[in-house]
Amino acid sequence: MTRLHVDWTRCDGHGSCSELLPELLGVDEFGFPVSRSGERDPAVPRRDRDTARHAVRNCPLMALRLYDADG
Amino acid sequence: MTTAPTLTRRLLDGAGTDHGAHLARYGVLPRLSRDDLLAALTDSGLTGRGGAGFPTAIKVRAVAYAPRRPVVIGNAMESEPLSAKDAVLLGRNPHLVLDGLETLARAMRARRAILALGPEVDPGATFAAARGREVEVVQLEGGFVAGQETALVNQLNGRPAIPRDPFTRVTEAGVGGRATLVLNAETLAQLALLVRYGAGWFRAAGTTEDPGTSLFTISGSVGRPGVVEAERGSSLRDVLDPAQPLRPSAVLVGGYHGAWVRTSDLDVRLTRRDLAAYGASVGAGVLHVLGTDTCPIGFAAGVAEYLASESTRQCGPCLNGLPRMATDLARLAAGVRDHGLPAEVQRMSALVTGRGACAHPDGSARFVASTLDVFRDHVAAHLEGWCPTPTGRPRRSDS
Amino acid sequence: MSQAGLTSAFWALGRGTGVVALVLLTVSVVLGIVARSGRRVPAVGRVGISDLHRTAALTGTGLVVAHLGSLLFDPYAQLRLVDLAVPFLAAYRPLWLGLGTLAVDVLAIVTVVSLLRHRVGPKTFRAVHWATYALWPMALLHALGSGTDAGTTWFRGLAVVCAGAVVAAIGWRLAPSYAGRGWTRQHRRPA
Repeated sequence: MTRLHVDWTRCDGHGSCSELLPELLGVDEFGFPVSRSGERDPAVPRRDRDTARHAVRNCPLMALRLYDADG
Repeated sequence: MTTAPTLTRRLLDGAGTDHGAHLARYGVLPRLSRDDLLAALTDSGLTGRGGAGFPTAIKVRAVAYAPRRPVVIGNAMESEPLSAKDAVLLGRNPHLVLDGLETLARAMRARRAILALGPEVDPGATFAAARGREVEVVQLEGGFVAGQETALVNQLNGRPAIPRDPFTRVTEAGVGGRATLVLNAETLAQLALLVRYGAGWFRAAGTTEDPGTSLFTISGSVGRPGVVEAERGSSLRDVLDPAQPLRPSAVLVGGYHGAWVRTSDLDVRLTRRDLAAYGASVGAGVLHVLGTDTCPIGFAAGVAEYLASESTRQCGPCLNGLPRMATDLARLAAGVRDHGLPAEVQRMSALVTGRGACAHPDGSARFVASTLDVFRDHVAAHLEGWCPTPTGRPRRSDS
Repeated sequence: MSQAGLTSAFWALGRGTGVVALVLLTVSVVLGIVARSGRRVPAVGRVGISDLHRTAALTGTGLVVAHLGSLLFDPYAQLRLVDLAVPFLAAYRPLWLGLGTLAVDVLAIVTVVSLLRHRVGPKTFRAVHWATYALWPMALLHALGSGTDAGTTWFRGLAVVCAGAVVAAIGWRLAPSYAGRGWTRQHRRPA
């Protein structure tokens, strides 16, 4: 199971990630990403993997990373 | 021949700073191998006394087999304003805490053993006791979040005392990039006793799932505030009674990140399972009694403002959300008759939970949500423009 | 192709790649400032802007490499390998050429750090990226000072447009209304 992790100490609500992954991430009233599933690190379905990698590359603050987790 | 400490007078009857007297009272500190230490910790069922309550054996095992020599840290930052247990423990029984650190350091061939004191802790006894022992004692900068594991590691690495992204656990890379074990000072003292007297002795107190004793700091509307030791699993009433609560309306269990328990529920046992029903946990043993002469909303608004000011402002949700919660709670306390306020506070508390590098927003949200829940009648009164507390504001209009 | 023909082919390639590289780096600087603002541009979105910024930068860099390569192989240009890295040693217009060399040095560092940004971390990446504000003027001055086409009307016009775009973008960047997202928060320093 691939998961998307936000480094909150870097995130500044730039908003590229929620643009690319609207099903995974919403935006709160302050501009910061909100995991729609409520999980801290949302699971990334296989069909969204490439887009998620794009989001990781694209975040101007390098606040995102993908990792493999069990379950 | 030393006698093992009794059921509930284990930690605070220390021999002070004299090492000889300490050894005469408790006996020689055994040197355990790594595996023997892990076995003792597993058998004893010791859990962390710093707030998270994590099984100590699991924490130690995470660094015990690190490829490079690890670093062990005793956390006596005492960052919770309502807590005094680690300061008192170090004042009365510093050698016991040092024993715990040395036992771990020897068993795991640690590169460094550090005891970190917060600015509120009187360091005199600890520095005196540490002379000639294998532990570095340092007094560090404070702040509510400074005692958080990664913030502490950051400070020891010469950086500001603010948390880092928890993705890399300190047990993988912490101080100097080495596997780092951070244990609360009281946990270390408990460890120092159980390696001498055995897991069976340790388990003679407390419950099967939560054995041993614990230090509790009792404050607020009580005749005799202070730090006491009690068996785990004791009822809240039994722990509080000797402190002589005065006209209590509720008890804040767990400090500023804790939750409220009403006076009618004082028979709840201080265990993880029993307290879970109240959204609370034993935490670091803080028990703050709110008297009937204190408006709970006003009190909570003050705490929320403090918590917002203690945000390290690294993470958007916390830096934005906590001041909002505090402002709304302050308006509720002042009697602003905006019936949307409770829902707004709830919404904000849900919004900040789980979205930050540390648990500061989560704990603050928990405290605020518990306040609105337990004192819902009081909140309703405020929304009607009056305060049930005799000396509370606002007053019902006299007409 | 004759020797003369080959020479002028390399020369033409050198000029062409230089001009297009300058345009692309100009586009990159402007888009970088747009990206930093966090403004959502219709149709492309924030993602599109940063992707375009990156593509323009990398393509421009590639063209700079081609620019260097073709001039190195052109005997008429009298460029030595050392002139690619150490500025102000060239035989022809050393000052203006040297600015180009300096710009290439900076571009190399910025490119490498940017490609490794996830390893070096945001602070280092950002610090190095500031150098692009020095890089771009050096590239423009190099083109105006040592470019073969610098005297032509079309190139001067192009230079004015590029300079205008960058100046306008920087003007916007410095204005209070810019309010860019990113690194705007100062973390709290404990007392």
